[in-house]
Amino acid sequence: MSVCAKVSKAVLVAAAGLWLAASAGLTDPAPRRVVSVNLCTDQLAMMLAAPGQLVSVSHLAADPQSSAMATEARAYAPNMGQAEQVFLMRPDLVLAGTFSARAGIDLLRRLGVRVIEIPPAATLDDIPGHLRIIGQALGRETQAESLAAEFEASLDQLKINAPPARAALYYPSGYTTGAGTLADAILRHTGFSNVAADLGLAGGGNLPLERLVMAGPDVVVTATPYPGASRAEEILVHPALKAVQSRAGSAEVTDADWICGTPHVLRAVRAMAEAREALGGPRLTQRQEIR
Amino acid sequence: MSLLSLSHLTVRRGCCPVVDDVTLTVSGGEFVGLIGPNGAGKTTLLRAAMGLLPHDGQSSLAALPARLRARAAAFLPQSREIAWPVSVEALVELGRVPHPGAGAEADRQAVDRALARMGLQGYRGRIATALSGGEQARVLIARTLAQETPLLLADEPVAGLDPESQIRAMQVFAALAAEGRAVVASIHDLGLAARHCTRLVMLARGRLVADGAPAVVLTPDNLAEVFGVRAYFAQTPDGPVFQPLGVIR
Amino acid sequence: MRYRLLLAGLSALVALLFAVSLLVGPAALGLTESLSALFRGQGEAVVLVMREIRLPRAILALMVGGVLGLSGAAMQGFLRNPLAEPGLVGVSSSAALGAVIALQTGIAASFTLALPLSALAGAALSVVLIVALAGPRGGALALILAGIAISALAGAGVALVLNLSPNPFAAAEIVFWMMGSLADRSMTHVALAVPFMLAGAALLLMLGRGLDALTLGEDAAESLGVRLGRLRMVVILGTALSVGAAVAVAGTVGFVGLVVPHILRPLVGARPSRLLPAAALGGAAMLLAADIAVRVIAPDRDLKLGVLTALVGAPFFLHLIWRMRRLEA
Repeated sequence: MSVCAKVSKAVLVAAAGLWLAASAGLTDPAPRRVVSVNLCTDQLAMMLAAPGQLVSVSHLAADPQSSAMATEARAYAPNMGQAEQVFLMRPDLVLAGTFSARAGIDLLRRLGVRVIEIPPAATLDDIPGHLRIIGQALGRETQAESLAAEFEASLDQLKINAPPARAALYYPSGYTTGAGTLADAILRHTGFSNVAADLGLAGGGNLPLERLVMAGPDVVVTATPYPGASRAEEILVHPALKAVQSRAGSAEVTDADWICGTPHVLRAVRAMAEAREALGGPRLTQRQEIR
Repeated sequence: MSLLSLSHLTVRRGCCPVVDDVTLTVSGGEFVGLIGPNGAGKTTLLRAAMGLLPHDGQSSLAALPARLRARAAAFLPQSREIAWPVSVEALVELGRVPHPGAGAEADRQAVDRALARMGLQGYRGRIATALSGGEQARVLIARTLAQETPLLLADEPVAGLDPESQIRAMQVFAALAAEGRAVVASIHDLGLAARHCTRLVMLARGRLVADGAPAVVLTPDNLAEVFGVRAYFAQTPDGPVFQPLGVIR
Repeated sequence: MRYRLLLAGLSALVALLFAVSLLVGPAALGLTESLSALFRGQGEAVVLVMREIRLPRAILALMVGGVLGLSGAAMQGFLRNPLAEPGLVGVSSSAALGAVIALQTGIAASFTLALPLSALAGAALSVVLIVALAGPRGGALALILAGIAISALAGAGVALVLNLSPNPFAAAEIVFWMMGSLADRSMTHVALAVPFMLAGAALLLMLGRGLDALTLGEDAAESLGVRLGRLRMVVILGTALSVGAAVAVAGTVGFVGLVVPHILRPLVGARPSRLLPAAALGGAAMLLAADIAVRVIAPDRDLKLGVLTALVGAPFFLHLIWRMRRLEA
């Protein structure tokens, strides 16, 4: 009963808001209550939204292990992404990822809430586009345009055109990402080739440690372990992996900057560009050296 | 020579004594039959004498360290347990466990002697658990013989055997005694006890009520009081004959 | 003579499977290439694969299988019950609980031996419980019921600890702790667990005469000079040391301690003392074979060892219960 009452009240309020906006004579009114339910749209929205425009971000946005803007996210109410919770926040715009819970998104749409879905960035070139889409949705086109231009300029500066050195991305349980992923794009932009992609892997998948060792990458990029222990993460301190890393002379670690297609990716790109420069000029691949 | 001496041996279950202040001495050459009705404390007396139960008073065996005790006395428990399907030979060989330094040849001879005494030569390779109950009982007796101890304590060794096997087993025990060793066996069949034992010890409610030659122990008074039976008992040219005739109570 | 032949045959089988285990893996390496890397250290990456990835895995399969077979035979001999097995009666899952607690509370990170010691403590606790609840006079029913209760409790404990962990990967690893795996183990794990497993195995192998004598029951065994209290302590300590250390690095792998003694018992004339070394070798062979099979069936997927051993072992278990039922009827 009380939920019904709240829902009808929410509908009333939303209707009243629309009417007010229309009567003020705005042709495409900027949304006033924006809720983001996806880690990556969270960050784009926090960068672009006007003060007070963004009401809530997903709970992951405040997790420093996943989010590049964990401190900023604490200023917003966290949500768990379920339709009921989001709806009761009375949003006039919901930002979601294409991998967000389908049922919840469909339910919000049926309830008349405007939802914009952003696919995960698969290349670095997707990022300015995503900035512009969100900027337009929030009515913040100018800010989006300047952020996008700044991003493209910085990205150009960090481009390394050298014969590719071999890098491997290695995560808990031997998970890695191959062609068609943002991490792969970061590697290619900074003068690396991705060992997993070379071995024919597209998207994510498992690479047995043996095959990684045999591939002999110049650089191994691993993940930061979570607190508490897990057997999955033990592979990151396996002596064989350590040996490969120490021979490569460089142990890079991915963090929150690698996850989302936002301008924060530049920090990851910069770190990899520095790692590539540290490897020096054109060199033979490790595999040929060790044979 | 005394092979076992019990002095004021008492075993309590809760507060009531199951074996009550038993004092006796067994010497080489004796085949002692331990008799008494069900629940008289025969099993408890034998186990306490072996040191398998906590007790008051003294038992010369219980006072020995485990390894020496195993060479001083062999014990045949009432429950005829054979946990695994081992061969008869392997089972009898367990009697050699207390003699780790004896050597393979001495062990083999001891096992051969034990099998021969119990008439089990043909059973060597048979699986012990697949034998009949009576055969298993004979194999288990052979195991105690292979231990080659001066003293043998046996709890109901002949229960459940056919007459031939019963008489053979009793003759084996008597022969051991004749060799200068000693056997203490609890026996329910008073006829067998009267014929083969050199001495009987009668228990009633945990107390030792009579101790001596069969004719001294198996008196009408003792039989009436302890077992509640009357019996025919006579010395015949075939040896002593004892036959319970009827109940009194 | 026949017994020596059996041990020699089992040793040869273990050696063969150990070699095959070294030669199987996702990286396709040539035979001569891998052997020269293993023994002479030629070819840098191949040496790493052989010495740091495949060798520890093969060593652990050998040792873990060995102690599981051995402790199964020892527990069966002591309890005089062919159903006693570290996995079935909850010793392995209790060891897993000990290991998981050490890992998630961070004790395991504070000093090196904390992980195996904690797993050992869990295993010891459950063996003490089993011996108390289903001791030599307890019978098969008491043993299985006590085992079910201890397994369920320890399993729930493992799931609870892992679900409460701040680590998102930990909760997904309940399957590992319940089913066991040797994927991606390293020489660090070998160094951590093998000394404990060797110590435990040495203790259990000493039990032969005592377990033989127990064939005749407790009273007869004691009268043969076996000190039962000491025997019980050695069984508990030996099982806890070996199973605890095995579970700490490999998770719980069930049924090895059931199937192997069951198959080998008739071949050693059912004598517990002879079964001990044979079951150790048989267990090593079974786990090496299982670990080769998981890599052949699903090279990239970390199929759990316990899946295979249960597929083989559970029908054996049912067969055993069926036979005991018929004997008791």
